[in-house]
Order: sequence, then C-alpha cells, then structure tokens
Amino acid sequence: MTSCLHTIQDYGLRSLGIGERLLPREGFTLCEQVTLIGSGMIWNIYFGVLALLAGFFLATALALGKNAHSRWLRKPAEWFIFLFRGSPLFIQFFFAYFLFLSLKSVHPFFAPFTAAWAGALVVLFLNTAAYSAEIFYGALQSIPKGDIQAADALGMSGWSRFRRITWPTMLRLAWPAYTNEAIFLFHATTLVFFSGFPAWQQRGDALYYASYFADKTFNPFIPYPILAGFFILCTLGIIALFGLINRRLNRHLPQEARQKMRLRFNLIR
Amino acid sequence: MFSFCADPATLDRLPWFACYLTTGVHMSFYVAFAKVVVLLLITAPVALAFGFLGAMAARAHFLPVSLLGKTYITIVRGVPDIAFFLFFVIALDQGVEWLRHKVLCSDWDQPVRQGSDFVVCAQAKLPLNSAAQWVHETYGFALAIITFSIVFGAFAANVIFGAMRAVPHTQLETGAAYGMSRHQIFRRILIPQMWVYALPGLSNLWMVLIKATPLLFLLGIEDIVYWARELGGTKSGRFTSYPHGDWRMWYFLVLLVFYLCFTRVSEILLERIMQRLTRGQATAGGEAQRKAGLL
Repeated sequence: MTSCLHTIQDYGLRSLGIGERLLPREGFTLCEQVTLIGSGMIWNIYFGVLALLAGFFLATALALGKNAHSRWLRKPAEWFIFLFRGSPLFIQFFFAYFLFLSLKSVHPFFAPFTAAWAGALVVLFLNTAAYSAEIFYGALQSIPKGDIQAADALGMSGWSRFRRITWPTMLRLAWPAYTNEAIFLFHATTLVFFSGFPAWQQRGDALYYASYFADKTFNPFIPYPILAGFFILCTLGIIALFGLINRRLNRHLPQEARQKMRLRFNLIR
Repeated sequence: MFSFCADPATLDRLPWFACYLTTGVHMSFYVAFAKVVVLLLITAPVALAFGFLGAMAARAHFLPVSLLGKTYITIVRGVPDIAFFLFFVIALDQGVEWLRHKVLCSDWDQPVRQGSDFVVCAQAKLPLNSAAQWVHETYGFALAIITFSIVFGAFAANVIFGAMRAVPHTQLETGAAYGMSRHQIFRRILIPQMWVYALPGLSNLWMVLIKATPLLFLLGIEDIVYWARELGGTKSGRFTSYPHGDWRMWYFLVLLVFYLCFTRVSEILLERIMQRLTRGQATAGGEAQRKAGLL
C-alpha cells in the first residue's frame, strides 16, 4: 500500500513532466499501470475541455452562417463543415502537423503549433466546431415557427430575439446530440499522440501509456481495460454534467414535455 | 517507367514529375489505396453479417443468447475507439496462437506467459516463422479485417436491432393472422421492411467506417498513411535519384482530398438507395414520393 502511494507520488503527474523521469521498465505492477494511465488522462481532459469550450462558440457562429440567407456567409460555413466532417480526424492531425512544420520554417510564430498542446488543440477545436455546427444547424432548422412569430409579435428583433428566443431554443433542441458530440470528442483525443505529434519526453495521453505497457509486456489484457475504465468514468462525468445543463435548459417546460437525454455512442470521426 | 527517365536530374519539371510519380514505391502507394477499398468492401458485408447475428441474438427469446447479444453491443459501443483496434489485434493474435499451442504442443510444460514474454512453441506460431513475406502481410491484413468487422459489427447490430423494433408491430400481427410461423414472419415481413429504418443508421456507419480506414496504419499495415509518411519525407540525392524536401504536407493533402471525394460520392449514392428503398413504404418519405406521383 505504501509502495503504491510512493508510485503515485512518482508518476501521478508524469504526463506533465513532474516526478520520476524514467518510465518503469520491467516488473510492472498494477498500481504503476493505473497511475501512469490515469496521469495520461490529464491530457485527454485538457484537450477535450478546451476544444469543447472554444468549439462551442465557433460552432454557434458556423451554424448561424450556414442558416444565413446571404451566399457569402452560407457557402464558407458549408465548406468548412464539409471539410472537417468529410475527412478522417486522423488525416487532419497528420496534415496539420506537417503544415505547421512547414510554416515553422517560414515564421517562428508557428513553433508552438508543432507541439501537441497547441497544434492538436487547434485541430480538435476546428473539428468539434464543425461537428457541433452541423448539430446546431439542425436544431436551428427545427425551432418551432410559433416561437419566432411570438418574438416578432412582442417587437423583438435582431440581437434581442436571437439572445432570448432563437439561441436558448436551439441549445435546448440540440443538447442531447451535443452531449454525444462531447463524448466522441473525448474519445477522439486519444488519437493525438498516434498521429505525428511527438510525445515529448514521453509525456503522453492515456492511450500512449496504455500502448506503452502493452508493447512492453505483450499483454493487452491489463492496460486496455484500465484505459477503458478511466474512459467510462469520464463518460459518466460528461453525462452527469451535461444532464444538469439539460435540466436547466428545459426548466421552464412542463414535466412531461421535457426532452429526455438519449445517448447514442459513436466510434470514430 | 518511361524511357526518358534514365537520368532524372536533367529533366524539366513536368517530365520530372511524370517520372517521380511512377517510381516503384509510388506504385506501392497507389496499391495502398486499393488496399483501403478492399478493406472497405470486405469489412462492410462481414460487419453487416456480424451486426445481423448480434441483433438476432439480442432479440432472441432465450435469455442467455439475448444477454450475449446485448453485451456484445454495449461493450463495444461504450469503450473508446482506437483502444479497441489496438487491443483486438494483439488479443486475437495471441488467442489464436494460444489455441494452436494447446492443440499442437500438448507436451509443453512451461507457462505461456513468462514475465513480459508470450511464449508458444514454434509449430504454434501463426504464420510460421518459415512462411513467406506475403503470408505474413496477408495474415496481418486478415486480422485487421476481423478487428474492423467485430467493432463495426457491434455498431451495425445496434442499428439493425433498432430498425427491427421500428417496423410497425401491426405488420407482424397481420402476418400472424395469416397463419405465418415466427420464422416466416421474420423472413417475409420483418426483414424486407426493416431496411428503410436501418438505412440512415447504416449509411452513417458507412461514413464512419470510411473515416476509420486510416487507423489501419496503427495496426501495422502498410497503408496510405504509412506510404504518405515514407514518400513525403525529405530525400537526399545520395539515396534516390529524385531528391526533394519535406513534402509530407502535400501527400497528406492528397489523402485529405481522396477522403473528401470518397465521402461525397458515398453520400450521393446512399441518397439514391434511400430514394429506392422508401418507395411504397408507410413513412413520411414514402408518402411524399406517392404524392409527387413517383409511383
């Protein structure tokens, strides 16, 4: 038990470069595997949370753009969404990494983007923005006509109509699908260190460490189930948090009209 | 490839590219595109079959079978993506070797797992150490196909399970009223009608499957991602007659465009199939077609 505490001290923040420098090399204990894989989860959470937060705003803008009458707003938004939803995230990561490498030689400003913490975050941000924009666009299309007419009758228009009627209704309708998107995004963060972005000084994410153990021990039956356990915990956390927001978005509705969260898991983007 | 390619250093830009893009390694790159298509063409029907079996198991009246089907669907769907790919390839490989080891070398007294090693007798190795290179490659590719099929089969099972439940129950009751057996109802009424409900989910799955193909790279197959990295990297004049800088960005741009075209074409084709399947169905789409006078 004390040795396990010691291991946690050594490796608990290893993915950030704090603690023991060398990874365990042989005689791996269960405690070491759980601690290191858990430490890698810090990166998954970092990528997931930041990409989701930033992507939310871009997604709203893109959805409004796709819904706009003006060709000049609509076409770019449609193309952006098609570009990121039509191609594999894995290839996007590779392309972005090599793009940033080329740009780095042009201007040193792009140097941080060749590291995962910034470069992969940008890709994930744009990717989730495209997927969420499609969800929000669908929700915008299905806002009840009566809501908009009621706003018009009350003399609301422009910003105040958007702020008070369109946007909250859009969020309310899109929320269950958006919860799924958040879960997929979390799963997608595991691709980062397998797609060109180097894990500098072996500071990787959870899957990076899980595959490290699987490679070293030739035994996939321990690290991958640990990883799965961590991810299931994370997924449950997301569901709980988004469920709370869903409750708040629907709080004005009568009990039986409230939208139930229906969770459908998807695999790869 | 071409006769003027003998000394690339002297060529103009256009013939240089004509020669560069037809070298032997580039041919392997183009073959890798075919590998992706082959993988899709084999995986899609196999995964559909897995999905069908899974859905039928989940619907079964015999509890253990139904639990087995439901567990298959939930486990694969609940756990993150590529972890499954990485896990299954090793697990399947070791599973098969372990079984062969038990059968072929029953007199072997050492444990299979020795510390960090997985040791089976030489005859149990698959493919055998003496086998030709192409056998090893085919074996790896087959493992990849099985892995893809297992994972996507669970997703397909989920879609088909839902579609089977979406077929209006009255239709099945009508079948029963005509004196059909359970088997006949399943084959003549449920199956033909469920496709229209399953298709949106299955076409979504096809898109996801297309976008999952680059993960072949993680399974150790020499696929398009592998070749794009290999060919794009900086080449100095010492080792090749076609020296160039770091072109990996352009190679991956080609892959990006390839995938975008592939998904766009699939979208259009699936839309057509949906139109065809909707004809005469008791759904909103079918009703719209009837009103438009398409029937």
